[in-house]
Amino acid sequence: MLVYVIRRLGQAALVLAVMATLVFIAVYAVGDPVAILASPQADQQELEAITQRLGLDRPLYEQYGLFVWNALHGDLGRSFVYNEPALTLILNRLPATLELALTALVIAVFIGIPLGLYAGLKPQSLGGHSIMAGSILGFSLPNFWQGLMLVLLFSVMLGWFPAGGRGTTRELLGVPVSFLTLDGLSHLILPALNLALYKMALVIRLTRAGTREVMLQDYIRFARAKGLSQSRVIGVHVLKNILIPVVTVLGLELGSMIAFAVVTETVFAYPGIGKLLIDSIGRLDRPVIVAYLMLTVVMFVIINLIVDLIYAAIDPRVRLEEAKA
Amino acid sequence: MSEQAATPAPAAAARPTDKGESLLLRHVAAFFESPLAVIGLAGLVVLVILALAASFIAPQNPYDLAQLDIMDGTLPPGSESLAGYTYWLGTDEQGRDLLSAILYGLRISLGVGAISVVIACAVGASVGVIAAYAGGRIDNFVMRVVDLQLSFPAILVALVLLAVFGRGVDKVIIALVIVQWAYYARTVRGSALVERRRDYIEAARCLALPKNRIVFRHLLPNCLPPLIVVATVQVAHAIALESTLSFLGVGVPVTEPSLGMLIAKGYDYLLSGKYWISTFPGIALVAAIVAINLVGDRLRDVLNPRLSR
Amino acid sequence: MSQPVLSVRDLVVEFSAREGVLTAVNGVSFDVHAGEVLGLVGESGSGKSVTGLAVLGLIDAPGRIASGAILLNGEDLTKKSEAELRRLRGRNIAMIFQDPMTTLNPVLRVDTQMIEAIRAHEKVSERAARDRARDALAKVGIPSPEERLVSYPHQFSGGMRQRVAIAIALLHRPAVLVADEPTTALDVTIQAQILSEVQQLAAESGTALVWITHDLSVVAGLADRVAVMYAGRIVEEGHVADVLERPAHPYTNGLIGSVPSRNKRGEPLAQIPGMTPSLASLPPGCAFAPRCPRADAVCKNPPGVTHAGDARAFRCFHPLIPVEAAA
Repeated sequence: MLVYVIRRLGQAALVLAVMATLVFIAVYAVGDPVAILASPQADQQELEAITQRLGLDRPLYEQYGLFVWNALHGDLGRSFVYNEPALTLILNRLPATLELALTALVIAVFIGIPLGLYAGLKPQSLGGHSIMAGSILGFSLPNFWQGLMLVLLFSVMLGWFPAGGRGTTRELLGVPVSFLTLDGLSHLILPALNLALYKMALVIRLTRAGTREVMLQDYIRFARAKGLSQSRVIGVHVLKNILIPVVTVLGLELGSMIAFAVVTETVFAYPGIGKLLIDSIGRLDRPVIVAYLMLTVVMFVIINLIVDLIYAAIDPRVRLEEAKA
Repeated sequence: MSEQAATPAPAAAARPTDKGESLLLRHVAAFFESPLAVIGLAGLVVLVILALAASFIAPQNPYDLAQLDIMDGTLPPGSESLAGYTYWLGTDEQGRDLLSAILYGLRISLGVGAISVVIACAVGASVGVIAAYAGGRIDNFVMRVVDLQLSFPAILVALVLLAVFGRGVDKVIIALVIVQWAYYARTVRGSALVERRRDYIEAARCLALPKNRIVFRHLLPNCLPPLIVVATVQVAHAIALESTLSFLGVGVPVTEPSLGMLIAKGYDYLLSGKYWISTFPGIALVAAIVAINLVGDRLRDVLNPRLSR
Repeated sequence: MSQPVLSVRDLVVEFSAREGVLTAVNGVSFDVHAGEVLGLVGESGSGKSVTGLAVLGLIDAPGRIASGAILLNGEDLTKKSEAELRRLRGRNIAMIFQDPMTTLNPVLRVDTQMIEAIRAHEKVSERAARDRARDALAKVGIPSPEERLVSYPHQFSGGMRQRVAIAIALLHRPAVLVADEPTTALDVTIQAQILSEVQQLAAESGTALVWITHDLSVVAGLADRVAVMYAGRIVEEGHVADVLERPAHPYTNGLIGSVPSRNKRGEPLAQIPGMTPSLASLPPGCAFAPRCPRADAVCKNPPGVTHAGDARAFRCFHPLIPVEAAA
């Protein structure tokens, strides 16, 4: 296991290095970094200051070194709009997005897995067919439009939930979260649901396919022949087998959820990093865009790493294969 | 890789290049066995015809300002215009007939989706088949790039690309091609690896045919079925992605509004209960995506003997 | 003789398929007594495995037990609710399966799978269940059982896995054990070990064995009585020695003839011509008739059961043994 962890860490570091280099090439080598990193209103003096700070008068490899050095020290430039370090800006918005994504993940799992199990155990029933039809629809609805329709239905027509914003937050371990206050929770529900629906459709499909496959296995028959109750067979023998692919996919999807939060946050005016990104693109606040990109890459690499490790922990066969390799 | 395993040999006689009409006919017949797929195909055909004929059948040209009357702004569906005809789906804030705007928007949405898929497909398939044929380091390198790219969500990559490029139909297409080519490369490589080991490729090699002829005339055509399936589904993805980008304000420009942009414009009016500006273009968008997905699902069943069994 | 532990009467199992209703088991009857081993022999598709599953009440949709009775110590299992069946499964009647690679859940440790089997039927502490699981592993010949308890199935060899499965099946000393080709997937040497171990364990606990196999040589060494199945019916039944030495049904004769060891070197291996018929297109009358060298016009009618002496019975118009003893 230790060897496995170390090797995965090495791979993750490699991906990070490659991505950092790509960002460097995109921003520094191809484009005019001064133009990209300076505000359009900057005067000649500011431009020179930036040229100086980025070391653009020095050879390319030194520039690269400086870029990496600055990035490693958390210096990804300053936002023109907020006049704050871009990284700080993003980190301040990050908890809101993480809360949104995790809530959506919880909704997707706790509703999707039972529905998928049901559809897998009774594929020919009316309920099974309805669940599958719903999941196909969930795949086809464009996320942003689905969000608008949620707003139309639950905010405008029914008036149950607010249409946007984050609501009152409360500190939890120094991080502001909204699920602890009623107001915050009511602001959280619609965006989280919107973000969750697509993933829920995915969870339902995976769970259903997995359930149908596992139910045909000899070990399920053997478990039943042992006289185990239905709940034990399904709750332990079936569930533990289908959880492996579901957890893997979901873990990888956590990253895509943070990416898709861009859409949901825009629809619901939810103050997370996705909304910040869209606002920054609209205002040409490029340092924030670059910082968002770097941070997302780091997050993705970490998420992929964690998923692989969890995967290895759940499935004993992975450990064995890795040990052999 | 699953695509590899999912491309088993039907009977040797059923290889697409040996074809004959019979195989094609059989596939077509199999396709029409599913009522849902037929509904999807019919819907898709209708939508495409509507989009192509938009300038002839739309009640007004929504982008000819002379035909718009600002006094007709945000009228609900069914309202009469000052000029005397009915806005069946209402109007937007500039007094534009929404039905006409949707027909024009559909044309842009479907067009961007289809063009980007065709280009991405050509690029991805070429890269994939070459990687599979060359093998070794080239293959390894290409697949690393593909894996790396696919580990980031398409929406994010496209968003960043467009943030750098700026808005524009051509730029949206380029961004869509860049985020999509990897799917095709992976799919084609998977089936090409299987095909490469078959006798007819061996035979072509023994005849000392030129490499590019083997690759593009012999290998690639036999990798088509899975490619068609992926491409169909990707058209739906491309349309959804384009509309999302346009909704976010980084996609098509205001002068060439796709369905996504129409929806974005209606967003401001949604909260005051003027639901139609966002709702109807959305329904058109969903109809297009569902129709394509139904067709794609059936194509997968028909073209993939292992799954249909 | 005493009352049989398990008595199957006119069992019919049907599957609804696209082609219509398929009768996988068609009027099967047999008895097994305590401590006895019944060999249930047939080719794949003959309905022997379905019969085994039916005895455990494990026939799932689209299949169902259409008629007949399965009497376990006189109680009809087909009339029991799922909850009642569950209490009997694993405790009074157990089953082991063909492929040891797939009978154990790959993601659960062996101790989990054994302890749950114990606690499904007895209210004992985790601790006590664990001790019993360890003893059961030791009994089936698994070395260092304490350590093996915390292993996952993939850490065992095929033979060891089947031993674990057997240990689980025998945890509650069931009255009946249905073994569905449990040694087919194993090496010949392991097969012999497992056969003798199961035989010994079953004898110790007085468990009646229903041994499902396609391999007559296994039956020869293991079973007391044998029932030969063809296309959903038992075509011949009797004591092992009688049936193997003086087969009455041409199909049994063909099966015996195709065992390699009984053929002379150099001669082509005897085989039954034709193929196992599809359940969807069974001929009327005797299902074996199209492949049978002795078949004639009479065989277009369904053959009845002919009883011939000591527990001997067959369904054939043209048996290979004289029928003067027929009742």
